[in-house]
Amino acid sequence: MTKRDDQLTWKDLRIGSIVAEPGSASQYQTGTWRSQRPLFDSSKCIKCGMCYIFCPEGCVEQNTEGYFEANLFYCKGCGICARECWPRAITMVEEEE
Amino acid sequence: MVKKVGIEVSVAVADAAKLANVDVIAAYPITPQTHIVEHLAQIVADGELDAAYIPVESEHSVMSACCGASATGARTFTATAGQGLELMHEVMYVASAMQLPIVMAVANRALSAPLSVWGDHSDAMAVRDTGWIQIFVENGQEAVDNVLCAFRIAEDQRVLLPVMIHLDGFYLSHVIEPVGFPEQSEVDQFIPPYQYPLPLNPDKPVTMGAFAPPFIYSEAKKVQDVNLRASKEVIMECWKEFGNRFKRHYSPVESYRSEGTKVLLLTMGSFGETAMTAIDKMRGEGKKVGLLKLRLWRPFPFAEIRQAVKGAEVLIVLDRSLSYGGPGGPVCSEIRSALYQQEKKPQVISFIGGLGGRDITPAGFEEIITRGIEISQTGSDQEFELFGVRE
Repeated sequence: MTKRDDQLTWKDLRIGSIVAEPGSASQYQTGTWRSQRPLFDSSKCIKCGMCYIFCPEGCVEQNTEGYFEANLFYCKGCGICARECWPRAITMVEEEE
Repeated sequence: MVKKVGIEVSVAVADAAKLANVDVIAAYPITPQTHIVEHLAQIVADGELDAAYIPVESEHSVMSACCGASATGARTFTATAGQGLELMHEVMYVASAMQLPIVMAVANRALSAPLSVWGDHSDAMAVRDTGWIQIFVENGQEAVDNVLCAFRIAEDQRVLLPVMIHLDGFYLSHVIEPVGFPEQSEVDQFIPPYQYPLPLNPDKPVTMGAFAPPFIYSEAKKVQDVNLRASKEVIMECWKEFGNRFKRHYSPVESYRSEGTKVLLLTMGSFGETAMTAIDKMRGEGKKVGLLKLRLWRPFPFAEIRQAVKGAEVLIVLDRSLSYGGPGGPVCSEIRSALYQQEKKPQVISFIGGLGGRDITPAGFEEIITRGIEISQTGSDQEFELFGVRE
């Protein structure tokens, strides 16, 4: 389907609203739910990976330098990474826009 | 000509499911449905039907197992009653919204408390809005015929919706009636094997019942309503085809001696049989009264109801269920609402009776009609009358 999901009409839906493309949930931008975003401070980060392990969304990734960052397309801003980060390298800041 | 046999209606319903060559039966026994699933268990255990029989621990699991089976494309059947239907409730919405063509026979039973295993339509009315096609039958033959039709309707690629066949508990489920069965080869032609368009299949995975955020839920509900309404045409087409093949004819609203009468009684289910006796007697005495029988409950046959009451001045509706603190009878309130915008419409008088297996005799129906006519002339400050209740 070429239409965006939020442009589909009732006539576009498949039988029983079945989703026939495997993995299509990855296109769903849960990042819009966020009211706070995590800020990662690499000067404090010891690359332990606790944020990566605890992120319930699985959206924390390691970059080429080995530091962790959240994929903001999916990050819901729950703050679990900031709470679990014992070197205090992650701060939750308000989304301004 | 098909030879009729004397058979308990529950057993006949089970035999109809066997004739339909079902693949999966998931069931939990409950009075007065028990004999249906008991007989099916026997048929499967005896090797007379190649089907998976899943005895589960509750009706909630029955409907869940049925959904899973149907989603693989298996022809799926179950039966329940009363509290059992209520325990299935939430999963029934899943079956209809996921367009799984399950067929279920319901031996209608009153709801507790106080505990009653006897018949009325409280269970059926509680699942009114679950999105299933719902057909009420009047006798054993109609039960068998409509179980067969149910598979053809449910599996039609234009429909793909679950179907409930309502048969009154005890009044039908436990009586021995003359029933004619079609030949297996005739049924095979009438209900050919079908292919669910997007079945569960590891090689071609699909997601069924995915979550729908606010931006798409309304669209999913709209399509469900459109599909259920559109199924009426297929249901009527199926009944027509059934009539051509087996010479028994069904329609959404059936009339009995109603031509030119100003007073009509409307019933649903097995009470139609007794009401006919009362109508015959009253007609014999020169009283111009007729009977309407509502067979198709969902999708609601608006056009057919409006047509059937044309010219009538009084329409007496007998419900077998009570909407506490509301307008009284659920069937009556829907009929009132269907007629409200009509320029010319009969007065609609609501009676409720036959709750929890209380009999209404032919004399009782006469009394209801006479009292209904009286109310139409004098008016009433009550929403409905509970027939036969001791004051």
